[in-house]
Amino acid sequence: MFELPSGAEIQSIIAALKTGVGFFMPEIYLSVLFMLLIVVDLAVKGRKNNLLPLLTVLGLAGSFYFIYQQHLLEAGEIFFGMYVLDGFAIFFKYFFVISGILAVLISVADDQLNRHVRSMGEYYALIVAMVIGMIMMASSVDLLMMFLSMELVGLTAYVLTGYRKDDPRSSEGALKYLVYGAVSTGLMVYGFSLIYGITAQTNIMKISSELALHGYDPLVMMLASLLILAGFGYKIGAVPFHFWSPDVYEGAPTPVTAYLSVGSKAAGFAILMRFFYVAIPHGGEPFQDIAGIDWLMLLIVIAIASMVYGNVVALWQKNVKRMLAYSSIAHAGYLLLGIIAMDSLGTQATLFYLLGYLLMNIGAFYVVIIISNRTGSENLEDYRGLGKEMPLAGAALTVFLISLVGLPPTVGFIGKLMIFSALLAKGSVYIWLALIGVLTSVISLYYYMLIPLNMYLRESTQPCEVKAGFGILHKVAIAVLMILTLYFGLFFKPLTDFARISSSMLGVTIY
Amino acid sequence: MELLTNIGLNHYLTISALLFGFGLFAVMTRKNAIVILMGVELILNAANINFLAFSKFNGGMEGVMFSLFVIVLAAAEAAVGLAIVINIYKIFRSVDVSTIDTMKE
Repeated sequence: MFELPSGAEIQSIIAALKTGVGFFMPEIYLSVLFMLLIVVDLAVKGRKNNLLPLLTVLGLAGSFYFIYQQHLLEAGEIFFGMYVLDGFAIFFKYFFVISGILAVLISVADDQLNRHVRSMGEYYALIVAMVIGMIMMASSVDLLMMFLSMELVGLTAYVLTGYRKDDPRSSEGALKYLVYGAVSTGLMVYGFSLIYGITAQTNIMKISSELALHGYDPLVMMLASLLILAGFGYKIGAVPFHFWSPDVYEGAPTPVTAYLSVGSKAAGFAILMRFFYVAIPHGGEPFQDIAGIDWLMLLIVIAIASMVYGNVVALWQKNVKRMLAYSSIAHAGYLLLGIIAMDSLGTQATLFYLLGYLLMNIGAFYVVIIISNRTGSENLEDYRGLGKEMPLAGAALTVFLISLVGLPPTVGFIGKLMIFSALLAKGSVYIWLALIGVLTSVISLYYYMLIPLNMYLRESTQPCEVKAGFGILHKVAIAVLMILTLYFGLFFKPLTDFARISSSMLGVTIY
Repeated sequence: MELLTNIGLNHYLTISALLFGFGLFAVMTRKNAIVILMGVELILNAANINFLAFSKFNGGMEGVMFSLFVIVLAAAEAAVGLAIVINIYKIFRSVDVSTIDTMKE
């Protein structure tokens, strides 16, 4: 069945690999950084210092150089159709490196994590590993590569979630994350095997052309789409694959929660867009469906369920982290709306919203960490009267929450506006979908505004005796995030342009 | 009778579908964390059988490669999973997922 390659073939394979390496520099650089962090951790073991986080931030920032260089390279497939370099991939490279840097910053801010964990060495290495995995998720165009990169992100995320081994909640979160993650990965791989059976290909562009050429059985394709959506839906945390997210978000160390809610979710969206846009396009003559139902219909159902469920259940949450977990389920719904529009406008809106979500969600968690350093809890009741004691944190949190609701003049407003207008640009078919989005945003106003209400208008029940300030670094970082949230709400042109350039995906034929 | 004597693609797919069903059943009904992880292994192996069967019948190499990677990653996942389960056992003195539920809304 298989024959050995000849010498000339091996030579050409080696040559192809060598050209591929030139397109793979950021990933190689980050892998070296990952190993370097482990070695440095071994060398400084037992000494409390800030060397590791500093090295991680500098190292991650250094990767911008290599990513920037990739703008000059031509978009194309590398490594025999396993991996791709295009505007879409470069966008997510920047995105994940920034989210990694912010994750390290908020980890340094978290007293609970640093006090209770004996060794923080592997922690930073794992964050870098997750950055690599997420970058690969956004750039892979082969079912095998998609599976491998999702597992890389998943396995590191399980460990990070359970990083506080002494804390029952952290371990419980890790167990739930692991169980749901393993099951959904299993379902996804089974779906991949069905796709492979139909087409005999694993590269998504070849799958697409094979499907267009020979057609397929709609029932099998429906089953495969559903199974694969279980894998992707778990990563983005959308209903009905959301069961893990409230417990994991509450149990995990807060920096990890913030990182998962932004990074892992964005990676899920990247892979979902690439897979469904490229491999199984919707509509068109050769693409059959069952009675008008295909993956787009599934996505519409999931988006509506996520928006309604996330926003409604968040209403009676007492724990701020848990509330933000439900809010992130709802945001998965909004982001899916941009994908449902299925054109360059929708992709641009989704990418822009992801950027805004990075700023406002990490910012919100940043302040939650600073406040929990002081009060020792994340309960809504303990936020009473904090607005006067911590003016900067209070103001910043209010801005981030206003942005999460989607009110002007913040980046969240522009993001929602772009997503809804992308839906409306499709004509009258999706007006009701945009309407549901707007109405559920109104619901979300209530639970988000409970936090500023407690902070500013209610008096603290027990006055805090220690005036614990927080470091100048964190003050500056929070202020920068707050100002950027407001700034991009007013002057959004650079971000929208960047998102528009980045919405070009290799092999997409839909728009 | 011919269906029984000649083993074709359908035989493999049936086995894999059964295995998938058993795995899903185990995951959904069992309470023990380790048994749930075993159910996941069944699901992954069902996918492996699919890949190998399709690979055998369409003559491609990708399915074989894919199933090798699935085996490796299943092992990695089991390693991480068992580490987490051991830690859970140290804290809760149980690996019953229905009792490990301290966080409520």
